Amino acid sequence: MGSRLDACHADAAMCGIVGIYAKSDACERHLGAHAAAMLVEMADRGPDSAGVAIYRDPAPGGHSKLCLQSADSAGWDDAVTAIDTGIGVVEARRVGERHALVETPVGAEEARDWVERELPDVAIDSAGRIIEIYKDAISPAEFVSRFSLAEMSGTHALGHTRMATESRVTPAGSHPFSTGLDLCLVHNGSLSNHNRLRDELRREGIGFRTRNDSEVAAAYLTWRLRQGATLEGALEGCLEDLDGFYTFAVGTAEGFAVLRDPISCKPAVMAECDDWVAIASEYRALATLPGAADAEVWEPEPGVVYSWGTVAVA
Amino acid sequence: MSGAAPDSTAAPSRALDLSQLSVRELNAALHEAEDGRWEVLDPVGKHAIAAGLDAELEVEIAGNVGYYCAGMNKRATVRVKGNCGVGVAENIMSGKVAIEGDASQAAGASGHGGLLVIEGNAAARCGISLKGADIVVRGSIGHMSAFMAQRGRIVVCGDAGAALGDSIYEARIYVRGEVAGLGADCVAKEMRPEHLEELAELLAEAGIEDAQPAEFSRYGSARRLYNFNVDDAGEY
Repeated sequence: MGSRLDACHADAAMCGIVGIYAKSDACERHLGAHAAAMLVEMADRGPDSAGVAIYRDPAPGGHSKLCLQSADSAGWDDAVTAIDTGIGVVEARRVGERHALVETPVGAEEARDWVERELPDVAIDSAGRIIEIYKDAISPAEFVSRFSLAEMSGTHALGHTRMATESRVTPAGSHPFSTGLDLCLVHNGSLSNHNRLRDELRREGIGFRTRNDSEVAAAYLTWRLRQGATLEGALEGCLEDLDGFYTFAVGTAEGFAVLRDPISCKPAVMAECDDWVAIASEYRALATLPGAADAEVWEPEPGVVYSWGTVAVA
Repeated sequence: MSGAAPDSTAAPSRALDLSQLSVRELNAALHEAEDGRWEVLDPVGKHAIAAGLDAELEVEIAGNVGYYCAGMNKRATVRVKGNCGVGVAENIMSGKVAIEGDASQAAGASGHGGLLVIEGNAAARCGISLKGADIVVRGSIGHMSAFMAQRGRIVVCGDAGAALGDSIYEARIYVRGEVAGLGADCVAKEMRPEHLEELAELLAEAGIEDAQPAEFSRYGSARRLYNFNVDDAGEY
């Protein structure tokens, strides 16, 4: 598949970040519509690619959901048949031409490892019980319409609009990046020590699909979490080990967390009201949410981890 | 546009609604105006609202604004009834810009004249490269504020973040609370009578009555970076 071969060392120099965590049933029902409105508002910051991680419809215990992406849309039926033969398929749904959501009757780790090993041409955008990641190298408006984002409901979502400044625009270089089961990262900024860090993480057995700096940040978090760090601890490790500019938003099964680097060149603004907590690169994205005018609004402090939901990682 | 009223000092403001107008249309209308009171409705965080004004207007913005609000302001009085994004009143030349909420980073950056008042807090790099404007913040300011500030005054009723006044030239900084750290060549200085006097004037202009000049400390340049020190030649 093309995207695996693409040398994509883009930074995320401008880009837009959005995230929303529902605190009410009404907000959960309309979560996709809220995320869509925020994403489209951030199109100026990143017209090249768009993506969303949405947490919804947990698979039953022992089952898992995989979001898969393939450059070859004609091969989907064969791929699903192969997965069914290998580990079983409870349900498979095509989303657009290149994406599919597959529920399997086995755990997420087993399902992910099987697809990784047996179907090397299929990219795994996300794996877990709850998370679904969709991303593509298309404009945010086109993305929202192609994936019918506004019709989705869920508990929380993170989104990203990418402005690639130094490299090719590919689906694999789009955000969110999976950082483990039910985990993801969106990034606005650029890292300067990602090449050395990538080599170090490779030695730790972490795989990479691109030359993208944000993928290195995601892999770093994966590695720290795998070592047993809490999400907060893993994020605090970024302050020591990552050199560069970043506003990160990290999604987990239960909520999300936000961290800005100590210099904080990259913008972030947060807001909270009775119905939701949200983050965006700019206030105008928050302003699309109902009740934004009366919400508490603040700018996250440099080098401080903010989190919502129970973000402890098992 | 709605609510047109005859000109008089007591005239109600004329409303410009950003749910009906583009920012470009709004700014064009404000640029054409020679005086009067104006209200900007539904700003919803849009950028460059009321930028480039050059007349004795009174503009009130009913909500939160995005980047570069009231940038390059000359003569006008702009009041934001909310928070503002990056670079509010950037390069302000004269007039007054008042923010009722918080300001994001680089508030008043490189301002040449006039007064910026922030009722809430200002984030990082407040007054960076200040060139003669005055900034009064009722709350606290973030890190790297007054970086390379050349002229003007910055008054902070709360605390200041790390690296305050790094590489500062001749701007003067007054802080009432704690300073997390001073940047290169920025030092605490004696409060002489003329400083207490100018501070009292600035607080009065900003409408702050609950802070006393004697509660503030003054910071400014040690002027050690102005000239090359031959003893440092080995460093290069």
